[in-house]
Amino acid sequence: MDFNGSDTLPGPRTEDHLPHTAQAAVKIVIVGGFGVGKTTMVGSVSEIRPLTTEETMTQAGVGVDDDYGSETKTATTVAMDFGRIGITDQLVLYLFGTPGQERFWFLWNGLFEGALGAVVLVDTRRLEVSFDVMGRLEERGVPFIVAVNSFPDGPRYPLDDLRTALDLTADIPIVECDVRRRASSKEVLMTLMGFLHSLAVSGALT
Amino acid sequence: MTGPRRRRRQPQHQPPPPEPPFPPPPAEPTEGPPAAGALASGDGTPGEGGPADGRPGNPERLYTIAGAADGARAELDLVTLIVARSAAPPSASPEGAAVLRLCGAPLSVAELSAYLSLPFSAMTVLITELITAELVQARAPIVRRALPDRSLLEAVMHGLQRL
Ligand SMILES: Nc1nc2c(ncn2[C@@H]2O[C@H](COP(=O)(O)OP(=O)(O)OP(=O)(O)O)[C@@H](O)[C@H]2O)c(=O)[nH]1
Ligand SMILES: [Mg+2]
Repeated sequence: MDFNGSDTLPGPRTEDHLPHTAQAAVKIVIVGGFGVGKTTMVGSVSEIRPLTTEETMTQAGVGVDDDYGSETKTATTVAMDFGRIGITDQLVLYLFGTPGQERFWFLWNGLFEGALGAVVLVDTRRLEVSFDVMGRLEERGVPFIVAVNSFPDGPRYPLDDLRTALDLTADIPIVECDVRRRASSKEVLMTLMGFLHSLAVSGALT
Repeated sequence: MTGPRRRRRQPQHQPPPPEPPFPPPPAEPTEGPPAAGALASGDGTPGEGGPADGRPGNPERLYTIAGAADGARAELDLVTLIVARSAAPPSASPEGAAVLRLCGAPLSVAELSAYLSLPFSAMTVLITELITAELVQARAPIVRRALPDRSLLEAVMHGLQRL
């Protein structure tokens, strides 16, 4: 990119500037398998136009029996959408819509380790695409809730049946949502925060 | 319902070490570069700010200290907030000048990466140089920790409610 033409450089709109008093940020991750609505959710609740940060991953060809050594390295660009919500004059919340595949997560320093918690989006037509990410969060001790994104042609199951199929303990909230609507996405985030708060109160959050 | 079923997994790692509580807002909004004190290296203990200084709410502990004499690198998170401390000197690279221009108001590393179309890793290298040159200040994020912080969670809930 050309950094010299300062008139044409992209940047935040004036109304998107954070106050100088902004001291710190917190983050929440929105995860789930391919096409479950992560980007849509980030966009519906963000106060700024959603942005994308990219990382390039150089990967040796795996599972390929070859004689070319480093010649087989391939570069994969991994993109992550994110949005922002101002909480107070001092505090800012960032939401990251994160690819479900764990092999990408290490690209972003502390993305999951530092997140307050996670929203796992599921699509009832293909519940299993979000299975792996839930297990990864459990392994890493990242608290999460499950949000069922209602697609019109998706089957509707009683929440108890979903809890059984997803093997979730009784305390983990499962909520239905339409992530295209801001109010619905906001409700999902409020549910996550309420859950984190209950963990904090009970001293269970580690 | 039919279809595949998941099996829950167990935590594999030890929880992170406890950290001091979320600091309350500073008594007065600070003008200009508020971390000047935090970045001063006179006493050689730039990282303090916990109970040792008798001010548990000291906001200075939020600042990431980089470019220390030992060459320690800033641990930059996606949501570390970067703020310019001065205008770009003539010696600044075009990329560095672009960061300084964007950081007139605080901006996260992720946003800088997005606006400048630079990968996160390249962005952290550039910002680390700017921190070392004392051209920008970094304000570290608040991360999940073993000792949960109810007041922080409540603040986020109130903020979301207003959305
Ligand atoms: N009907 C309906 N469609 C939705 C909803 N949420 C998302 N969609 C649509 O589903 C498609 C996928 O949504 P995305 O937000 O791109 O999903 P994603 O998880 O970011 O997808 P990837 O990044 O490709 O993994 C888009 O065409 C959305 O418009 C929803 O709540 N209801
Ligand atoms: Mg997406």
